[in-house]
Amino acid sequence: MKPPPFEYFRASNPEEAVAALGAHGGNAKLIAGGQSLMPMLNFRLLEPELLIDISKIASLKRIEKGSSGRWVIGAGVRHRDILVSEVLGNSYPILRAAMTHVAHVAIRNRGTIGGSLAHGDPAAEWPMLALLLDAEIEVLGRSGQRMIEAKDFFLGALHTSLSEDEIILAIHLPPAPVAWGFFETARRAGDFALAGAGVLLETQNGKISEARIALLGLGETPIRVYDAEAKLEGENLNSTNRAAAMEAAKAACQPMTDLHASAEFRVHLAGIMTGRSLDAAWGQAIC
Amino acid sequence: MLNRRTITLNVNGEAHELEVEPRHLLADALREGLGLTGTHIGCEHGVCGACTILLDGESIRSCLLLAVQAEGHEITTVEGLGDSNHLNFLQQKFREHHALQCGFCTPGMLMTATELLNQRTSLTERDIRDALSGNLCRCTGYDHIIAAISEAIAETSGAGP
Repeated sequence: MKPPPFEYFRASNPEEAVAALGAHGGNAKLIAGGQSLMPMLNFRLLEPELLIDISKIASLKRIEKGSSGRWVIGAGVRHRDILVSEVLGNSYPILRAAMTHVAHVAIRNRGTIGGSLAHGDPAAEWPMLALLLDAEIEVLGRSGQRMIEAKDFFLGALHTSLSEDEIILAIHLPPAPVAWGFFETARRAGDFALAGAGVLLETQNGKISEARIALLGLGETPIRVYDAEAKLEGENLNSTNRAAAMEAAKAACQPMTDLHASAEFRVHLAGIMTGRSLDAAWGQAIC
Repeated sequence: MLNRRTITLNVNGEAHELEVEPRHLLADALREGLGLTGTHIGCEHGVCGACTILLDGESIRSCLLLAVQAEGHEITTVEGLGDSNHLNFLQQKFREHHALQCGFCTPGMLMTATELLNQRTSLTERDIRDALSGNLCRCTGYDHIIAAISEAIAETSGAGP
């Protein structure tokens, strides 16, 4: 279908966008790439009074090194920009691999990080990556600026801790283990994942010193498997702890049955994706 | 009250002024406002790829972009590639390989493939299939489309797949 009628305002900076959001008390929506919002408007799932276009705000498009080794990626940075960013590819190689799973080329050419985070789809890549990378999300509202840890940001499917008058400015990534594994299962390249897992590993003297495991598409929010992470630390990856991590991942998820896959099959996939991601990350960590 | 505004769109190298509502999709503005009906509209939610155009040389869905958001960008539609008397290189490859039957998906396929071709790198058949995964075709079974694009890329990148 076609979108319902709305007013349109092109904001030239984040402050203008916040003021416009505040003035419309929940009846305004921000639009950047529009790759989640436009389908919802075309389906008339939403009928906002006002669309606030933030796609031309230059300050939202920065990729820069911040303090204490953090990288700051503006909310308006597109999935495509991450794919071709050498500096981010070096510090967080998992990002480049994960971006190839974000829909199709034409969607990656428009869709933004901020849009994916704000949309909060548990099957999407960015919410899971934010959780895996211990990211902090920098937001601006009428009461000022604040940082939200990724683990406190995603409250449910399409539900985040953003207030009605808040805009995401950037995602802050602290230094993270470089060895990575990332696997997704989808019916077709670019489709929504039935299940996916990401792993980051750091090793010291041939033993795992830090492990992180996160899942997507397997519950109302992305999921960190903290139990399994702690149990891997101080060990080699072996068949026993690998199997235990797979079981922990399966136990941590609560997927739904839908047209595309049963909950049971998704749980099975959670284990398989976790195992493969662990193998890939371990292979990199010890070479 | 009708909520309309005048915008300028740069399409295929020409600036056009037209009146739109904020809610108008770029695909509709191209088709109805400018008469450029080569851009097809299928699903209207970004899944089928029929409405794919180039925005500043990058493929995008014109059903997921508002016309008002396209101001200030360079838009290329299938009409910018060639015409029925003068097919461009890629269109000629599609013709030679029988890469279309009903033709509905073809403009989107051509625009997606144009972006690939412009990257001027050699690609495997798998790369091309992945790149086309966002464009649905219900006639050809894709093989002829892949063949046309593979040959076009091989002849322009200097290295065959």
